[in-house]
Amino acid sequence: MAGNSNTPNYFNEMFSGDGVRPPYRGLESWSNDMPLELRSLKQSEAEALFRRIGITFAVYGEGGDPDRLIPFDMFPRVFSGEEWRKLDRGVKQRARALNAFLCDVYNRGEIVRAGKIPGHLVYSNEAYERAVAGFRPPGNVYSHIVGIDLVRTGPDEFFVLEDNCRTPSGVSYMLENREIMMRMFPQLFRENRIAPVENYPRLLRRTLGSVAPLKCEDEPRVVILTPGHYNSAYYEHSFLADMMGVELVEAADLFVEGDFVWMRTTEGPRRVDVIYRRIDDAFLDPLCFRPDSMLGIPGLMNVYRSGGVTIASAPGAGVADDKAIYTFVPEMIRFYLGEEPILNNVPTWQCAREDDCGYVLANLKDLVVKEVHGSGGYGMLVGPCSTKEQIAAFADKIRENPGNYIAQPTLALSTCPTFTKEGIAPRHVDLRPYCLVGDGMIELVPGGLTRVALTEGSLVVNSSQGGGVKDTWVMAE
Amino acid sequence: MRLRVDHESTYRFDPPMRGVVQSLRLTPTLCENQQVADWAISVEGATMGAGFRDGAGDWIETAMLLGPVDTVTIRVEGEIETFDRGGILKGNREKIPPEAYLRPTRVTKPDRALRELAETAVEGIDPAAILDRAHALSHAVEQAIAYTPGQTAESTSAAEALALGKGVCQDHAHALIAAALCVGIPARYVTGYLFSTEEDGAQEASHAWAELAIPILGWVGFDPSNGTCPDERYIRLGSGGDATEAAPIRGIANGAGEENLDVKVVVKESQSQHQQ
Repeated sequence: MAGNSNTPNYFNEMFSGDGVRPPYRGLESWSNDMPLELRSLKQSEAEALFRRIGITFAVYGEGGDPDRLIPFDMFPRVFSGEEWRKLDRGVKQRARALNAFLCDVYNRGEIVRAGKIPGHLVYSNEAYERAVAGFRPPGNVYSHIVGIDLVRTGPDEFFVLEDNCRTPSGVSYMLENREIMMRMFPQLFRENRIAPVENYPRLLRRTLGSVAPLKCEDEPRVVILTPGHYNSAYYEHSFLADMMGVELVEAADLFVEGDFVWMRTTEGPRRVDVIYRRIDDAFLDPLCFRPDSMLGIPGLMNVYRSGGVTIASAPGAGVADDKAIYTFVPEMIRFYLGEEPILNNVPTWQCAREDDCGYVLANLKDLVVKEVHGSGGYGMLVGPCSTKEQIAAFADKIRENPGNYIAQPTLALSTCPTFTKEGIAPRHVDLRPYCLVGDGMIELVPGGLTRVALTEGSLVVNSSQGGGVKDTWVMAE
Repeated sequence: MRLRVDHESTYRFDPPMRGVVQSLRLTPTLCENQQVADWAISVEGATMGAGFRDGAGDWIETAMLLGPVDTVTIRVEGEIETFDRGGILKGNREKIPPEAYLRPTRVTKPDRALRELAETAVEGIDPAAILDRAHALSHAVEQAIAYTPGQTAESTSAAEALALGKGVCQDHAHALIAAALCVGIPARYVTGYLFSTEEDGAQEASHAWAELAIPILGWVGFDPSNGTCPDERYIRLGSGGDATEAAPIRGIANGAGEENLDVKVVVKESQSQHQQ
């Protein structure tokens, strides 16, 4: 299955069909005519720029060397306006359904009562927080930034790999990749009408402002809460704070008094209305969650639940992006929105089900198996790329704890031309767009983060496994 | 029964702390098992705020003290009318489905011994007779863990208490929760006060027990420490997955001081006239 990427089994986003596909036409002569010397010059220029701005963190909390630069490939990944319109509708539809689901399971639980989702998958889920049940955040928004991981397998075939409802990272790459491409190849942006992404920080600021608590009467004060500079995504936290013009704070900068959360400043305490947190639920407040957390703000959850501050994403939002819940997202779309899903799920086998598990164990060599709660490409098996020994060892792990695993077919991920040592060659790509959900607003900037598997034939785009990133273009119509 | 509660908790810090924040769950549950005549919570020198009712129906509020803090005294004084409802929690408005209480916490995670205890206890009882099963579990826990103060600590898990065969009301409640989860009955930890006379034996005025979700009846209290279900001697404050989650006072102090806690609880029959 995972053979050579040049085989016609894979959809090549630039060269499938007759000649160059329309969205890529503006890149044909640019890439063909670029002398090798210029290319390597530009490549090292890009690398120097990335190093200078300090964007070296691992995407999606994959761990690894925090100072390692994620390779940037200069060949853009391009969507036509028409292709994007469908993605835009599909991603927004999904983000709406996920938020409706969260509002439902923390209140009446209609979807469980209706028998559409088994109750134990929701209520016994580790990410389900009893502490916020019955509480409705402003605008009924729980996940304010929804990152949807997509792959493409054909001209019109897109699949959602997973949803990220907590604090999806990587958006700084979307912005920096564009910035660097514009600096290095200004003529490309003159010759092509590429939809802008740089208003993302402004939209994010507006989204967060829209969900300020009722008790906030003035212009809402928004802050970004970071675990600190040891965190692998610290660069992104400070970058977004800068771009939005808001304070970047750590837990020690905030305290609870009376009905509100306050920020220590040189001019005395200032009330905080919205906290865009980049720390996990467990570390938010030692009086509500982990009592040993040194990162949290004691009393924060009490202020939150009494309506004095908004936390984005809402604590407990993780129950919507669990891999076991993922299977039911199409059902959510039908149940809450009364619509048919625009974007497809990847068919998924739940090893918790005996029949599914039997099938998975019998077909491991063709499947991708993931841990239900895992992320970042760790603890997963890519059947077609694994040895017999690896497969046998993984089978034992599944037998030991079937409920911990799901399996999916190995998808024929589309390829995009990529600069390699051997010249321009197709490499597999995925996409993460970032959907913003506020009170009465939903926005998606035309673009996202394209990850590329730089190793020939590889289908694993995670940066911990040799993946890189690309600028993602949406052609203006 | 009309009961009077005087509850004073004094935390002393040496050296003083830079600040203290406490989450207080000290207000009696609004339910048909009890009716507050008069209830006051005071924390000397604290800013109070951020009060709300959580999804389980508990009223929670927040106390904050800015340093240097060497003493925090939390005083609860109140009078309350209580009623015997056969152990059933009646009329508490909650938004959390019982299904959300099937996941153990660190201290209620069952080990093999707890699982065996649970399975043996319900052996031969119709799986549909959940109430009978619950009584059997409570009885089994009462038999397996002898009420013995001073042998377990706040952090002792249900499995550890069972292995030791000794414990206090917290250990009984944790063990009963763990056993109930083993056989698929949702269970939670409940805190409150207990009125007792000397001849009642093992007693603590500041008390804890467990509630199990029984079809049709709803949440039913079980107190293995006293071999009974809560009646009019019990005052209910709040609940959670375990003792930490349900704690009447959950606090955090900022600083390196040593903490010393002194608790005085008196629950007695009120001298004032019964109101009809």
